[in-house]
Amino acid sequence: MSPWRRRLLFGIPLALAVAGGEGFYTILRRMQANNYDPHALPSPLIGKRPPAFSLPGVAGMQGFANTDIAAPRQPMLVNWFASWCVPCLQEAPMLAKLAASELAIWGIAYEDDPQALAQFLAQNGNPYQRLAADADGTTAINWGVYGVPETYFIDKTGIVRWRYAGALTDDVVDSVLNPLLTKYA
Amino acid sequence: MIPELGHFALACAVALAFAQGVVGIFGPGLRDARALHAAPVLTLSHFAAISLAFLALVWAGVVSDFTVENIADFSSSAVPLIYRITGVWGNHDGSILLWCLILSLCGSAVAVFGGGLPASLRSRVLGVLGLVSGGFLLFTLTVSDPFARLWPPPLEGAGVNPILQDPGLAFHPPVLYTGYVGFSVAFAFAIAALIEGRIDAAWGRWVRPWALLSWCFLTAGIALGSWWSYYTLGWGGYWFWDPVENAALLPWLTGTALLHCAIVVEKRESLKAWTVLLAIATFSLSLSGTFLVRSGILNSVHSFAAAPDQGLFILALLGLTIGGSLLLFAIRAPVLAATGIYAPISRESALVLNNIFLCAIAAVVFTGTLYPPFANLLFGIQLSVGAPFYNQTVLPLTAPIILAMGAGPLLAWKRADLLPALQRLWLAGAAALLVFLVLSATRHVIAALGLAGGAWVVIAALTDLAGRVRLFRVPLANSAARFFTLPRGTIGAAMGHIGFGVSVLGIAGMTLAVQKVVVLQPGQSTELGGYTWTLQDIHDAPGPNYSQRVADITVDGLTLHPSRRFFAAQHVITNDAAIHTNGFQDIYAVFADEPASGGAELRLNRHPMAPEIWFGGLIMALGGFVSLSDRRLRVGAPSRRRKPEGAVA
Repeated sequence: MSPWRRRLLFGIPLALAVAGGEGFYTILRRMQANNYDPHALPSPLIGKRPPAFSLPGVAGMQGFANTDIAAPRQPMLVNWFASWCVPCLQEAPMLAKLAASELAIWGIAYEDDPQALAQFLAQNGNPYQRLAADADGTTAINWGVYGVPETYFIDKTGIVRWRYAGALTDDVVDSVLNPLLTKYA
Repeated sequence: MIPELGHFALACAVALAFAQGVVGIFGPGLRDARALHAAPVLTLSHFAAISLAFLALVWAGVVSDFTVENIADFSSSAVPLIYRITGVWGNHDGSILLWCLILSLCGSAVAVFGGGLPASLRSRVLGVLGLVSGGFLLFTLTVSDPFARLWPPPLEGAGVNPILQDPGLAFHPPVLYTGYVGFSVAFAFAIAALIEGRIDAAWGRWVRPWALLSWCFLTAGIALGSWWSYYTLGWGGYWFWDPVENAALLPWLTGTALLHCAIVVEKRESLKAWTVLLAIATFSLSLSGTFLVRSGILNSVHSFAAAPDQGLFILALLGLTIGGSLLLFAIRAPVLAATGIYAPISRESALVLNNIFLCAIAAVVFTGTLYPPFANLLFGIQLSVGAPFYNQTVLPLTAPIILAMGAGPLLAWKRADLLPALQRLWLAGAAALLVFLVLSATRHVIAALGLAGGAWVVIAALTDLAGRVRLFRVPLANSAARFFTLPRGTIGAAMGHIGFGVSVLGIAGMTLAVQKVVVLQPGQSTELGGYTWTLQDIHDAPGPNYSQRVADITVDGLTLHPSRRFFAAQHVITNDAAIHTNGFQDIYAVFADEPASGGAELRLNRHPMAPEIWFGGLIMALGGFVSLSDRRLRVGAPSRRRKPEGAVA
């Protein structure tokens, strides 16, 4: 082997390490900038309609079925929540703000007690146009919900375009939800 | 007050570590005896400072000082004393401090026991260790301070994560870290040799005991961790191909390769550059394994919460350590010339083969571990790489290792004949074939192949030993006497191979495990794996900081007591599995849930050969220690040779 080829060969580990380091650096920078989440699991519903369900209303409100959101007049949100969930409590003001901006939000209460739910709505306001109860959690499993709160964005043709797990924040609304609303208006 | 002392000691340690680094590396160039001999003293004081800091943190944990944020977040006064101590390293900041403590302990070991080394080499080795240690201590001090105060303090701490409240946690991290960090010594030797531009047989002889020692700890640490997950997590699995497990497996694979090729450097002065590269790679993998899993990039069950800015600091440290050493390698290693030559069939070639396959497995595991984040980065797709990938790729690569492992130790150095070696292995071959034929007729093929492979490795290693003591060819007492005069290294190597074979037997046996999930009412019974499992009773039992529900299950005369533990402070329920072992099979029961309809939901398992997985690991680690007891004499050899020269400046 010529000395130069030998030198080149011995440089390969360094080149690999540099490439790997560069990749990790990019990932970390994107994590800092909040546009990369290595733990995110994509929802299986993206690009599809939600699976068949029909849930009864709760707290004196009208429930809904998959057929009711098959073709909404405007893009809408379906928000999974529960009165026992602390992030849902944190999310309530944001939902109230969104509801005030004429965005349709339909709620599904996940494995919740009707009385506790009524109290939750009385204390935090009710941003929902319709409110269904998934008492045994079966519909949540079919949707692939892995925790509350979770918010699904459904466009005018009834197709799920975006799913967000966790409480909606100003950041998320500004950087993702508002662009989506413009795009699918 | 005590935490401030600890914090101050930590700051002293940073200064001492960098002093050790600079003086250690540049001291030998000054042609000054004081500079040449300053590094060991600095190393010991650096170790003393970290020990003080670590003790201060342990103290804060023991007295439950909740003004220390780390203690308030991860400990509580209700936790038993032993877990208040182990909880100190059961979290991110504390575990890095433990990591630094062990690193400085390794440095001190070189300083104390390295009297036989040339003074300049020892100084440079200590210097490299000092720089690495200084970098990570700086990280601890600046962005991951374990002594950060919290005011006002909470009345009670958040408590130890109940899963971590287990004797396994007391031993698993320190042992594993000793293994990880121990490879820093081999790494430092490699860097020092690259700086000095000289690698010879003596270098191989100095590096090998350190590599072997850390390999023993790493092996034991992995086995402990796997055993802990087997009995704590309650899903009856022992290996998950989780990124953190892979992070421990990678340095084990390259470290095993390093052990084997350092023999070639020592005996034949070949494979020098490759050995140096392996030493760098092993420690680099240890480093990146320990730290990248904490950066949040890799998805893992071992959740160490860490912020991305800590990640950037870590990445910069890794870049300096790994990038710097590989740059040095690229510049200096091409001049390292091999002197020994050998035939294609020889001990050297067998060791090269071992290296190729071990490194191929390491490459596969590395790719599988890093593919998900990089696929996300490059192609924007989310995916996870799991057991099916590893099973399909690692198993075919393990098969040739298992085959070669039997014959390798029987081959002579330089030039050997394969045929006589294989003829000596007729017993191992016949036994493996028999096992395969018997099992493949009734069970599935993978298990049969695995068990046959395990039998082959174990019997081949025993054959090697039997040949050396001339068993059955001289009287038995004579053989026994020969056994005790065998070099410990030979016995240790055979034990290492036997241990590996035993683990292979265990892993193959586990593929025959049977499992069943049933709901039983008290008095009802079920059949599984040829046993009758009867739920006798469900009752309450008190615990120190938990309450528990215990199910009494009888299995053909044995009684098992799996329990569900309720930790009120954290609102967490853990399932404490009940395992009965007879050494060759585990009966494993988990009390999974109490359904509303009454009774108990039980997960019942019969795991044939499961204990062998960890026995094998134990035998491997013990083999390493046996071999080490031999090396200790050999390490002294260069110093005896040096004494007549009176060269210690």
